[in-house]
Amino acid sequence: MLDFFVIALKHCLELHNIMLMLLGVWGGVVIGALPGLTATMGIALLVPFTFVMPPEKGLILLGGLYAGAIYGGSIAAILINTPGTPSAIATTFDGHPMALKGEAEEALTASITGSFIGGIGGNIFLLSLSPLLAMISLKFGPPEMFWVAMLGLTIIATFATESLLKGFIGGLIGLVLATVGISPIAGESRFTFGNPNLAGGIELICALIGFFCIPQVIKMVESPEKAEMIKYKRKKGILFRLILRILSMPGLLIRSIVIGTFIGVVPGAGGNIAALVSYNEAMRWSKNPEKFGKGCIEGVVAPETANNAEVSGSLIPLLTLGIPGAPPAAVLLGALLIQGIRPGPELYTVHGEITYTFIISLFFSNFFMFLSAVFGARLFAKVMLVPRHLLAPVIVVLSVIGSYAIRNNMMDVAIMLGCGFAGYVGGKLGFHPAPIVLGLILGKIAEIGLVEAMTIGAAKGGWFVYFITRPLSAVLIVLVVFSAAWPIIRSRKKKATGRSGS
Amino acid sequence: MSISSLQKEGEIMKKSLFALFLTVALALFLGTAQSMAKDFPSKPITYIIPFNPGGQSDVTAQVQKADLKKLLGVPVIITYKPGAGGAVAWSQLARSIKPDGYTICGNNIPHIILQPLLRKDAGYKTEDLVPIVMFETTPIGLAVLKDKPWKTLKDFIESAKANPGKITVGGCGKYTGHHITFLMLQKLAGIKLTYVSFTGAAPSVANFLGGHVDALLGNSNDLLAHKDKIRILAIGTEERAPWYKEVPTFIEQGINMTAGIDRGVCAPPGIPPDRLAVLEKAFLKLSKSESYRNKMFEMGFIPRALGSKEFAAYIQKQKQILTNLLKEMGILK
Repeated sequence: MLDFFVIALKHCLELHNIMLMLLGVWGGVVIGALPGLTATMGIALLVPFTFVMPPEKGLILLGGLYAGAIYGGSIAAILINTPGTPSAIATTFDGHPMALKGEAEEALTASITGSFIGGIGGNIFLLSLSPLLAMISLKFGPPEMFWVAMLGLTIIATFATESLLKGFIGGLIGLVLATVGISPIAGESRFTFGNPNLAGGIELICALIGFFCIPQVIKMVESPEKAEMIKYKRKKGILFRLILRILSMPGLLIRSIVIGTFIGVVPGAGGNIAALVSYNEAMRWSKNPEKFGKGCIEGVVAPETANNAEVSGSLIPLLTLGIPGAPPAAVLLGALLIQGIRPGPELYTVHGEITYTFIISLFFSNFFMFLSAVFGARLFAKVMLVPRHLLAPVIVVLSVIGSYAIRNNMMDVAIMLGCGFAGYVGGKLGFHPAPIVLGLILGKIAEIGLVEAMTIGAAKGGWFVYFITRPLSAVLIVLVVFSAAWPIIRSRKKKATGRSGS
Repeated sequence: MSISSLQKEGEIMKKSLFALFLTVALALFLGTAQSMAKDFPSKPITYIIPFNPGGQSDVTAQVQKADLKKLLGVPVIITYKPGAGGAVAWSQLARSIKPDGYTICGNNIPHIILQPLLRKDAGYKTEDLVPIVMFETTPIGLAVLKDKPWKTLKDFIESAKANPGKITVGGCGKYTGHHITFLMLQKLAGIKLTYVSFTGAAPSVANFLGGHVDALLGNSNDLLAHKDKIRILAIGTEERAPWYKEVPTFIEQGINMTAGIDRGVCAPPGIPPDRLAVLEKAFLKLSKSESYRNKMFEMGFIPRALGSKEFAAYIQKQKQILTNLLKEMGILK
């Protein structure tokens, strides 16, 4: 392994490869920042160009792009309240309020610092603990996936601080939207109204753009003078102060890295869930949870650290087992196969030079991403100064292109616009888009897990017994109960401390 | 950036938008003019993959792309139109895509047979899609983890007979190639198993390796990737598969069936015969080339080369077999 390590390091220091890393990272940041263009699509677009390269060079480029795109998603989340990729949903919660307070550059710097630390942390896991984590990932069968989804749904209770009822209604709407289309297990049509274009269901990206982006644009048009109130002034010396402040929260950083890597390892759960769970935990363990949602820096660092740790996490089952942990990793698998490399144990022996070069290159790519984005933050933050009447049409055009491009289907544009108007009206009534989107993401995972587990359970003598007798499943059930009861525990604790204080 | 420079940029953008408009209009005009000319193809060909990027259809198309460019003389653009197991792309191909030969689409057997048979709203009929060339088959095999007691298909069947419905078998989706293989195995062996439908090859393999299902009906390339952890009991080819000569076929073990997913390309209904012929020739030449065949073998596929007419006849034959099977099972009336 040490031999490979040295060779890999040498490869990574070649000028040509460094240029590929920069190219990948920059391209990734742009793709990630544009709503509708995702890491998956960016990698798919680039894969054909990598065939003419030696495998390690192709992987260096694609790896840089993957990391860059996941960070890039936060730029749109912070500046225009629209997640550039699904991984950046949680970043909108505090990132955009920060920008509205005139702290766009701080938010962007916090995001890149978190992304960098997450990327490096996740990569250390990838380098050192891959075989073990891959084994753990296999322990997640259908019942475990169902409970993971349930655990995710309990997050709604944390988010919906203003109205628990509205949060739950939003989550239910999301769960219903998740059932549109051909059902994932039985293959029956649901809510398609005979339209074959609806058979593919509601694409997450389109719902994201619709629910987040369109209401934002309508608000800009509605009250341009109010929207233009946002001020952005560059402050000096914030960079180092900010980085020091972020480094002074090691607990949050380590927790976010572990959450991100672990969720990345579990096939079927991606960066969006990693970031949401990380945000939720940051809020749960914070001394001042009431600050969350109003523009606090922890609310940006936690999800961004987790979603970049997830990048390396999703590569763990891919490289050790050939099972991609997330959609972008699935495209990477295709790229490997075409290069004649079959993931598995051989990757670390026969193809060791390529594999270790790839892993080491991710450290470098993260570093270059950090350098570029720290200085880029000043530039990106200026988007806040663009007059809203210019920004709004640009966002609409990008939204339409983005939702079409994801599946090359006009129906998706219609769905996006429909979600947009629903999101706008819902917003007026006090509904936040996050629970709806969360329901949409988790509804599919929960349904698949539940139906599969019940099928297996029935064959093994009773699905109920099957659900509760598996050790990992039991642990998850306890976590779900704890997490669901948390708001009650929290309010009790508050009352108790309030009483003792008075 | 000041407001005035932004306004200036706005001006520039207006101009460039106008230029873009002109370009598009001109391109459309030229496009029509060219499509009237005899020399086909004269502009890039769009190759639709009805699934997500990274899957087997995508991987094959990516390998074909460079050679197709050489054979056709124009670039080939791969686009993805995933949804409903491919049905979204196929229904659009049947209804709304212009049959000028510039758009082709991957097609999979048995998907394009089973979807219209079993779903009223599939949005297309099997016969709507004009077959161009069938170029590969992915055989399906039955595998178990090495720590399971079953050494042969016979062991497995006997165990299933003793414990009806207790053995779980994973596969991709319901009414798919994997599910049909499962139904045929049950019928021909006279056993009852439990089918667990997963949402794709990756989750089914993960659940199988994790021991959450007892056996897997898996694609040859996935089985190949995990050969050191698993025991393949039978493979769905006519003769023993080239990658694992030691694994007997279903037929050898008295289960008279083959199992696999066939892939090719198809065109929208109404494509002019001369253009179909050009595409057929290019794909056939590619499918017969030595380097391409070797690459397919290496990746775990069996290269095939069926022309348009043969492909159509093959689809009809498969449709007959599947219709009969589904009627016997009482799934289809």
